[in-house]
Amino acid sequence: MPRLTASALTASAHGWTPDQPIISIRDVHKSFGSIEVLRGISFDVRKGEVVCIIGPSGSGKSTLLRCINALVPINKGSIKVEGQEVNDPALDKLELRKKVGMVFQSYNLFPHKTALENIMMAPVLVLKRPKDEVEAQARRLLKKVRLEGKENAYPGELSGGQQQRVAIARSLAMNPDVMLFDEVTAALDPETVKEVLVTIRELAEEGMTCILVTHEMGFAREVSDHVYFTDRGVIVEHGPPATFFKEASDPRTREFLSQIL
Amino acid sequence: MRAELIPAPAQGETGFTAAAFNRRAFACVIAAFLLVVVASEAVAQIRTTGGSQGIIDALIKWAPLILLGPPGEFGGFALNIAVSFLAMAIGTAAGLAVGLGQISLYPPVRAVSWAVTQFFRNSPWLVLLFFVMLLVPFQLKIGGISIPLPGWLKATFGLALPIMANMSEIVRGAVNSIPTSQWESAESLAFTRMQTLWRIILPQCVKRMIPPWMNWYAILTMTTPLISIVGVNDAMTLTQDALAAEQKTELLMPMYGMLLVFFFIYCYPIARWTIYLERKYAVKI
Repeated sequence: MPRLTASALTASAHGWTPDQPIISIRDVHKSFGSIEVLRGISFDVRKGEVVCIIGPSGSGKSTLLRCINALVPINKGSIKVEGQEVNDPALDKLELRKKVGMVFQSYNLFPHKTALENIMMAPVLVLKRPKDEVEAQARRLLKKVRLEGKENAYPGELSGGQQQRVAIARSLAMNPDVMLFDEVTAALDPETVKEVLVTIRELAEEGMTCILVTHEMGFAREVSDHVYFTDRGVIVEHGPPATFFKEASDPRTREFLSQIL
Repeated sequence: MRAELIPAPAQGETGFTAAAFNRRAFACVIAAFLLVVVASEAVAQIRTTGGSQGIIDALIKWAPLILLGPPGEFGGFALNIAVSFLAMAIGTAAGLAVGLGQISLYPPVRAVSWAVTQFFRNSPWLVLLFFVMLLVPFQLKIGGISIPLPGWLKATFGLALPIMANMSEIVRGAVNSIPTSQWESAESLAFTRMQTLWRIILPQCVKRMIPPWMNWYAILTMTTPLISIVGVNDAMTLTQDALAAEQKTELLMPMYGMLLVFFFIYCYPIARWTIYLERKYAVKI
């Protein structure tokens, strides 16, 4: 497993070893103005684990994901990614983001670039990897997300589901150690949701560490190792999916699940 | 209720094709030219007994001078165009820099860029022109070499200033019109701010900036006769010289009319093309 060795080497600077949680979140607080979005969130994610965060809109799920790759700074608490503290003014954000891939609800592909170029841009410009090597990887990734033949298509020519799969491939091209998925199927037609979920499930089965914010309860039950239910900025309840969906005890969780399922 | 059955024209059908655009532009040019000639002739015939032959002869006689300048020199309408090109190039480059300064993360850079933009956007072009003529020396001394700065070059700098300010606003507006999600996804891929700006954001801005940029180019071209007041041999100066040489009041309207037609023939197609591109690049909502 060459990739593991590589990440272990870079992480060793922070005293992290792969047997420790790859992401460790402790008492995270975040406010936008007077609105407190996160009010003391703590949990760990181990390498290769798939974690789903569910909960009503406005419960701070998306904000939490954005805090993990430092798109949004936190006010209080600690987030460690491979031992590297994110809540640190001296943090090298670019180094952190090379390790953490993110996929968004609205795909956010670069509309002036083809599918292949979208995937190749970051590895070539950010990681300075040789172009031909990156192109070969990009073609492999497009095949992996079942978009062979769409190399030269512009985002505007692709369906939502296809765009989202290109976005996943674009993140994977950076060879991240963790993938964050922010309601990636929420903007899709019901019939295209499946093709994106299949791609994510394959990733999970390959051992990619994934944190998903999702409203797809069936999917969460199927793929996740652990489910967290958040409401108003706190984790109300959590557990392995088998017990979580069957034996949720908190009235808020039960109400949410009864509305969704 | 028949009226309700007639479908409203679709959005695309109210536009026009390139061919229709060319035909319309050509018709307008011809119409304007005829209008000026007929009007000037009518006025001239009332005033004199000389008839229209003398006027047309005078127009034909002076047209080459007004278009290209005195023999062996660069001037006339060609100089107006050259000044417009150069002022646009300088103004665009400087405007891009100031416009990016307006979205800088450093508050002092942002403040200075904003102030420069607002000052030159809200100043009369003619006053700016005088200011530059008086402020900039007639030659630059760098080391032992002195570089002469001719009047037309100084005038070009003067016209580039308001272009710079308006370009700055166009750049700022275009960058701000790109959804923040584009910044966010580039950030999440570990792009630096500079890489995001130059590789992701600005390439998407170009299409949005072209129509307003062309519009300012047409305005700039129509403003170039202003440089005649600072002693440059442009089309306006040469028209006045020709009139002074002829000493005939009946030539006043035809000669200025001819100058108007020159500018119209040059600027009108640009205006039509701008409208065409505006529709083509319109942001689809």
